[in-house]
Amino acid sequence: MPNRLAIVGIGQTYHTSKRPDVNYAEMTREAVMAALADAQLSIKDIEATFMANMETFEAIYLPDHQMAAEAGFYGKPGLKVGTGGTSGASAVAEGFYFVASGLYDVALVIGCEKQDCGDTTAAISAAATPIWGKGATTGAIGEFAKQALSYMKTSGAKEEHAAMVRLKADRNACRNPYAHLKLGLKSIEDVLKSPYLVWPLRLLDFCPQSCGACALIFASEKRAKKISKKPVWVADIETVHQEPFRAGSFGDPTGKETYTQHVACERLYKRNGITKPRRDIDLAEIYEPSNWEEMNLYEHFHFCGKGEGWKLIEKGITEIEGEFPVNPSGGVLATNPIGATPTIRVAEAALQIRGDGGEHQATREVKTALATALGGPNWTVMTLLKRSL
Amino acid sequence: MATVTEKLEGMDVWIYHGRIYIPNTYAAGAVGSQFLIALRDKKKIMGMRCPTCNRVYVPARSVCKDCFGQLDEWVEVSDKGTLLTYTVCNQPNPVQPVEPPIVYGIIQLDGADNGIVHMLGEVDLEQLRIGMRVQAVFKEKREASILDIKYFKPLA
Repeated sequence: MPNRLAIVGIGQTYHTSKRPDVNYAEMTREAVMAALADAQLSIKDIEATFMANMETFEAIYLPDHQMAAEAGFYGKPGLKVGTGGTSGASAVAEGFYFVASGLYDVALVIGCEKQDCGDTTAAISAAATPIWGKGATTGAIGEFAKQALSYMKTSGAKEEHAAMVRLKADRNACRNPYAHLKLGLKSIEDVLKSPYLVWPLRLLDFCPQSCGACALIFASEKRAKKISKKPVWVADIETVHQEPFRAGSFGDPTGKETYTQHVACERLYKRNGITKPRRDIDLAEIYEPSNWEEMNLYEHFHFCGKGEGWKLIEKGITEIEGEFPVNPSGGVLATNPIGATPTIRVAEAALQIRGDGGEHQATREVKTALATALGGPNWTVMTLLKRSL
Repeated sequence: MATVTEKLEGMDVWIYHGRIYIPNTYAAGAVGSQFLIALRDKKKIMGMRCPTCNRVYVPARSVCKDCFGQLDEWVEVSDKGTLLTYTVCNQPNPVQPVEPPIVYGIIQLDGADNGIVHMLGEVDLEQLRIGMRVQAVFKEKREASILDIKYFKPLA
């Protein structure tokens, strides 16, 4: 049985397309300082650090060694993890494992990305197997275009439903001081006016490229109660990988493959007695790279039945005032510093449990929240947070 | 670039040759930029002092690695310093700023508590030794780069 632990400090930078005023290390430090201030701790209290970003996205090898001083690794155990889009949640998992094991009492978890440095799609293309995948790689956009088409065909969802997802994200982002894209969209037509990136995916169907960082401080049960008046308990975490894409050998070419979400849900829900997720969980912060994928993920995480994801958005169930709010922060559609994106999901879910969401606090009471991550070849990380254990 | 395939001689296997091209830019940050501007406009080498640890970092940086403190106490250091260690590179490579042989050295400027990596010039290889005194030589045309220092030359 692992030791109990809680999130006792939460910090993030503001997010935007370009940060010429700071280098990568200085930007990441902003989130670390904010988390330390939130926890009222000093860097001396931190015993170990766990950091995540997308190696090569900044065209820098070992970005962690360049920010050892600024981000607080200097002279401490500091492990970097890279698992594609889920990296920022894998760092959360690392922090969880090390504190739950009893090895450390207080640990710092950091996700960061400075996307004004490199070329994200060029870097992603290098993930394709050089023999079978070269020349057929399109980065993330092509993958989610394929997924959108499959979802449209099999679920009966229309472009209007995808537009409703963007409208929800934009309304929420406009209430979140840290969000990147705040477009002030008024209508479905505003979204449907946006041009196609890769058909049928429109510009406003997809997430932006952001610069930003997010930091969390984890503490063992004993320390957590002393450090914070409102510790948010990390009840459980589950992470599932599968083999990478190999052009010509997709197990499921539709982009609707549910393998990793299926396995992660089965394990996490079973361990925690969750039989009806929408009843047993109060709110979710999910990693939704596109409007279409958000509806798809509602189904994968069993927030609704198969083919019914679009009905949740149509009925307003996942709105900030709804019965089951999803991404009150504005989500990935509004803010996407990739290495930090899954860390922000956990941070935002924790803020909702603390009741510290400010303008974007959900209307309903939040005692249990789920944060998910998606990345690489549809890998999944799920983190379950609770107000009390 | 199209992939080039090659069949290995004497073996029934294929090797694929590719090239990854990732364009990139990098922000020096506010502190890094001020350092570079002083180099370009005033031929001054600026450091940053940590009052807690009483040490001066060159190039100037915004955070002390030892105490995690935020730094803002600028100090000018000397253009003269001491060679802490060196090596001579004879192998040409496209990433190198000049043609070989290149004498790379780590130089601790007077007033600084750490060394910086740079090149040595106007130097007889026989003359090189750890502890030798050197001085910065600036380029005529400077563009806010660490290479606005052309090289360090031995002090007579």
